[in-house]
Amino acid sequence: MEEKLSLQEWIDLAETENKSFGDFCIEFQAKELEMDKRVLLERMEEMLHVMEQSVVIGLTGITSMGGLVGGNGKKVETYRAESADKSVVGSVMSKAIMIALAVGEANASMGRIVAAPTAGASGTLPAVLFSLSEARGSSMDELGKALIVAGAIGMVIASRASLSGAAGGCQAECGSAAAMAAGAAVELYGGSPEQVGQAVAITLKNMLGLVCDPVAGLVEVPCVKRNAGAAAQAMVAAEMALAGICSVIPVDEVIDAMAAVGNAMSCTLKETAQGGLAVSPTGILLANKLFAKVES
Amino acid sequence: MNIFDVIGPVMIGPSSSHTAGAVRLGNLAFAILGEGVKEAVIGLHGSFAQTYRGHGTDLALAAGLQGWATDDSRIPKSFDSAKEAEIEISFTTINLGDLSHPNSVRFWMTGVNGNKCTVTGASIGGGRVVVTNIDDFPVEFSGDFPAILTMHRDRPGAIALVTSILSTQGVNVAQMKVFRKQKGGLAAMIVETDQPIDDAAFEVIGKLPHIQSVRRIQLV
Repeated sequence: MEEKLSLQEWIDLAETENKSFGDFCIEFQAKELEMDKRVLLERMEEMLHVMEQSVVIGLTGITSMGGLVGGNGKKVETYRAESADKSVVGSVMSKAIMIALAVGEANASMGRIVAAPTAGASGTLPAVLFSLSEARGSSMDELGKALIVAGAIGMVIASRASLSGAAGGCQAECGSAAAMAAGAAVELYGGSPEQVGQAVAITLKNMLGLVCDPVAGLVEVPCVKRNAGAAAQAMVAAEMALAGICSVIPVDEVIDAMAAVGNAMSCTLKETAQGGLAVSPTGILLANKLFAKVES
Repeated sequence: MNIFDVIGPVMIGPSSSHTAGAVRLGNLAFAILGEGVKEAVIGLHGSFAQTYRGHGTDLALAAGLQGWATDDSRIPKSFDSAKEAEIEISFTTINLGDLSHPNSVRFWMTGVNGNKCTVTGASIGGGRVVVTNIDDFPVEFSGDFPAILTMHRDRPGAIALVTSILSTQGVNVAQMKVFRKQKGGLAAMIVETDQPIDDAAFEVIGKLPHIQSVRRIQLV
């Protein structure tokens, strides 16, 4: 069995070398892939372009394959335009909510997305990256570097726990996406490697135990709205980390706790559509309707 | 695992297992048939049978049979394209038994040159797939490497001859598995290689003693 990765180990290396976590990750990953740093950054920027296109697709107000979601990203867009003075969370987070819903809806309607880390959680990273980069005026290179930070965090989570809802519940999908986005946000705002780790730990702690209970087994309800929730969790944790708040439980231990919680979780709550919202009266009603359609 | 397994792949939604994996299974079935598909009956098992419409699994499988990639924006329109190309694709639900992976599928295919082939496979998560049966032979391969599949008589030297041809062509064997139904009877061999197998080597292997048929499986 391969040795588990450690986020703390990478953070310590970056601190020792006096580098930002982004600079450390890009060098480390480029070496690992035997790839030029510039090429790696360009590949990440291609991913960012696909993400931007997913937002555009989502905001056209499409309806999903199962018909359970669609049009909500556009609703937030309209609300932002017409009722900006009534935003509860302010413009930046409201934009993140809009993007998360738009990409989630694009995914549910067979649009082109970047699975980051999965298709079901594909709205979270674009939401955090694009809303913050607009607020900060970040360059494409800075965004690419932040995405590499997100990827490195995801690799550690995959190695110590899981990125799949079937294996670890939604905490492993939306939770991991949020943790990756939180680390990316800290990087984008010039935080230290240590702060990246704190943001990851805080996010995962706040999303620990989240179950994967898709209605009718589709990546629609509650997945799309959970991406908006995950984006918000990422921003909350990044804000705390940048303010110097530390997680009492160290980051690698939090990831291990997530793995343990995932293992202890009943199979009915891991993507099988046999528990949680999937078996609520309305969830069952919708599933029966959809399956009847399939058979007809 | 590398960073592009986490940030990526770029794919058509909504599900890596039910959509992207389904495209790849279609790609593999198409590659194993080795010629354009004229007609395909696709049997869906387990979760594939239950939720295929909502995940576009049927569209994804049809796209895969036409050789499209998992990020091809035409996937939602794959039925229209199949119709235009006069490829007949139909779907049915099947029960492959409790031991089969819940996301399993079986293709009964006829090619444009009249060749027939039955392929069974499963989408095992994150877009990764495994082919488990070809023409009633239990096999196991992922399509991550170029591969050849032989049907041959179970005789001493049959395998050595194939690998010696590969070695003279500078092709390194990454993994190989041999299956047989009974001692001395019909056997199958899957050889996954690090380098693609060129036309010359492929033809020579087809003419080796004991070899009944050989298929080359190469995904882009």
